Amino acid sequence: MVNQAPSGHQFDEPRHGLDVAGGVAVAARAFDPERVARGLGWFSLALGSVEVLAPATLGRVIGTGRSPLGRTVMRVFGLRELAAGVGILTTPRPARWMTARVAGDVADLAALVLALPMPSTRLGRWLLAASSVAGVLALDAKCAQHLGGHAGPGRGTARYRRRITIHRSAEDLYRGWRDSTNLPRFMRRIESVRALDERRSHWTATAPGGLRLEWDSEITDERPGQRLAWKSLPGAPIETSGVVRFERAPADRGTEVIVELEYALPGGDVAAQLLTLIGQSPEQQLGDDLRRFKQLMETGRVVVAEGASRDVGQPRGGRELRRGRGVLALLKGGAR
Amino acid sequence: MGKGSIQVQQVPDPRILDDGDAIVRITATAICGSDLHLYNGFVPTMKSGDVLGHEFMGEVMEVGREVKNLKVGDRVVVPFPIACGACAMCRKSLFSLCENSNPNAWMAEKLWGYSPAGLFGYSHMLGGFPGGQAEYARVPFADVGPLRIPAGLPDEKVLFLSDILPTGYMGAEMCNIDKGDVIAVWGAGPVGLFAMKSAQLLGAERVIAIDRFPYRLQRAREISGAETLNYQEVDLHEALRELTGGRGPDACIDAVGLEAHMPGPLYAYDRVKQAVGLETDRTFALRQAILACRSGGTVSVIGVYGGFIDKFPMGAVVNRSLTIRSGQCHVQRYMKPLLERIEKGEIDPSVVISHRLRLDEAPHGYEMFLHKQDDCVKVVLRP
Repeated sequence: MVNQAPSGHQFDEPRHGLDVAGGVAVAARAFDPERVARGLGWFSLALGSVEVLAPATLGRVIGTGRSPLGRTVMRVFGLRELAAGVGILTTPRPARWMTARVAGDVADLAALVLALPMPSTRLGRWLLAASSVAGVLALDAKCAQHLGGHAGPGRGTARYRRRITIHRSAEDLYRGWRDSTNLPRFMRRIESVRALDERRSHWTATAPGGLRLEWDSEITDERPGQRLAWKSLPGAPIETSGVVRFERAPADRGTEVIVELEYALPGGDVAAQLLTLIGQSPEQQLGDDLRRFKQLMETGRVVVAEGASRDVGQPRGGRELRRGRGVLALLKGGAR
Repeated sequence: MGKGSIQVQQVPDPRILDDGDAIVRITATAICGSDLHLYNGFVPTMKSGDVLGHEFMGEVMEVGREVKNLKVGDRVVVPFPIACGACAMCRKSLFSLCENSNPNAWMAEKLWGYSPAGLFGYSHMLGGFPGGQAEYARVPFADVGPLRIPAGLPDEKVLFLSDILPTGYMGAEMCNIDKGDVIAVWGAGPVGLFAMKSAQLLGAERVIAIDRFPYRLQRAREISGAETLNYQEVDLHEALRELTGGRGPDACIDAVGLEAHMPGPLYAYDRVKQAVGLETDRTFALRQAILACRSGGTVSVIGVYGGFIDKFPMGAVVNRSLTIRSGQCHVQRYMKPLLERIEKGEIDPSVVISHRLRLDEAPHGYEMFLHKQDDCVKVVLRP
């Protein structure tokens, strides 16, 4: 297969896999992430079957021996492989499943490292196994990155987009968003926003795990009642930019608010998807923040519930008298 | 989660968390049939230690700074859906679909696509709000929900404005009752009984009550003059055909929901599937209602369903032009007009009460209600 590139054509789309050198298009072997993913899916099924059906034999091959514990671990990992295989082969663009494979490879490597000091481990075979896993990890990661690559131009950029309809005018909503004292009220991760001048502000946030982040941000485009764009200034721990747009909804339905966020995450979309796997989906956080913006703009308050506050680990504070009684549901095995 | 137990314990006092809140000292509360679904473990995202109860009334003890419609000392009934009064759904009087009152909306979206309103004492998926089977409760959006009750009306006559009376009424209203219509109601529990009474008030020619407990069918005859069918004694489909001149009821109301019972092997089959998670809701009542309804008629579903069902007779719905209507009751819409009917003496909701217990006796109340012991219809708790 030879591709003749017309001059002036754009080749920055990584999926095409074409390299341009000295004005001559060189036909490279295209990296088709979906085809590779399918291959890896079948590989998952094959490896998983062996792990589940013949863990002892496989243990001998990779040099980790055939201890009962090793066999159990191998069987569990085999089930994981089978799940990943089925997931990949039954999903059109299996970005998440490929990310799961990346996580699985990391677990495989960890298990191998743990097995290294055991007396039954044979170093030569172990090295071969570890380097195979490392190779597959690289391929999985590349494939996951490409499949999740709808994020767009920059490598390592994650992009999120959400919409919500709010029963207020675009002008009111614009003012509500532009007022920096409002932002911490509806953005759960943001602790404070302090205006430095007309366009610049200082942000403080808590990241998952209680980590505190601080950075300065600058408004890059401002069209009252229509659009507000911002980006972090150099020195920010995570480079980020965003835009919020306000569009009139049909009839008397109010205004559609569209938010787009971009983070330059180390590891990009794959890192973002790993975050999703441990329950910190940035997309859902954006959605929840927007819902709270809607509550604030429609009702003047952000809705709180005792139980819901517990769900997101918010401090409850204040006194806790226990005078009154209540009828409680006590579930099996669930302590409060 | 699985089936757990009910206990009465000291709980943290509710506090004003927002300027729009009110704290209510509860004077009367009730156990709802839908609380039994929680008790039996059919509603996901309940957590151990959650305070139950969504039917309650009491005296306002404290109000937030921005509350305008209530003052300390007012006697109020609190509707079970929490509604903001400002969003698109509330503006259409679809209060149980409030877009703003569920802080855990993302959980409900995973199961149902979009989230309805937050409810008192009904799982974390629906907000994680502590319920009203307690001595005190915090009521968010206090200007929107609670209805002030004039002095002179006893608690027992107005308590059920919080849920079951409006729910039964909406079930009948959704039938668009015409002159001469026959309305069949599956389930002669408290909600079913109010649906029958409402159908009668809205001009139904005849009301047919369907249940298996003779004492409940007896109540149906007394309260709304309904004809009754015990589905364990008759071929229900044939009996309904016979009672309606071969047409079928003009509208059928399902006041049973996801824990339906029926005799025969299909019941065992569905119970097993439910137990192992292949379906979440048992649907005998709904299936029967659809098959029994006259062509072009309406099936009104007010029994609670939570998830997924099997063997749904969609063919009958399509080929016989049936209309299915449903919803958690938009209580705020019905409270005032129904209070007027109570004041005029058209309805006396206290007739469904069979047991009056202290709050401490709640566990006994749940057991009795669940197992239909001692002719239990409705349990009211007094803190």
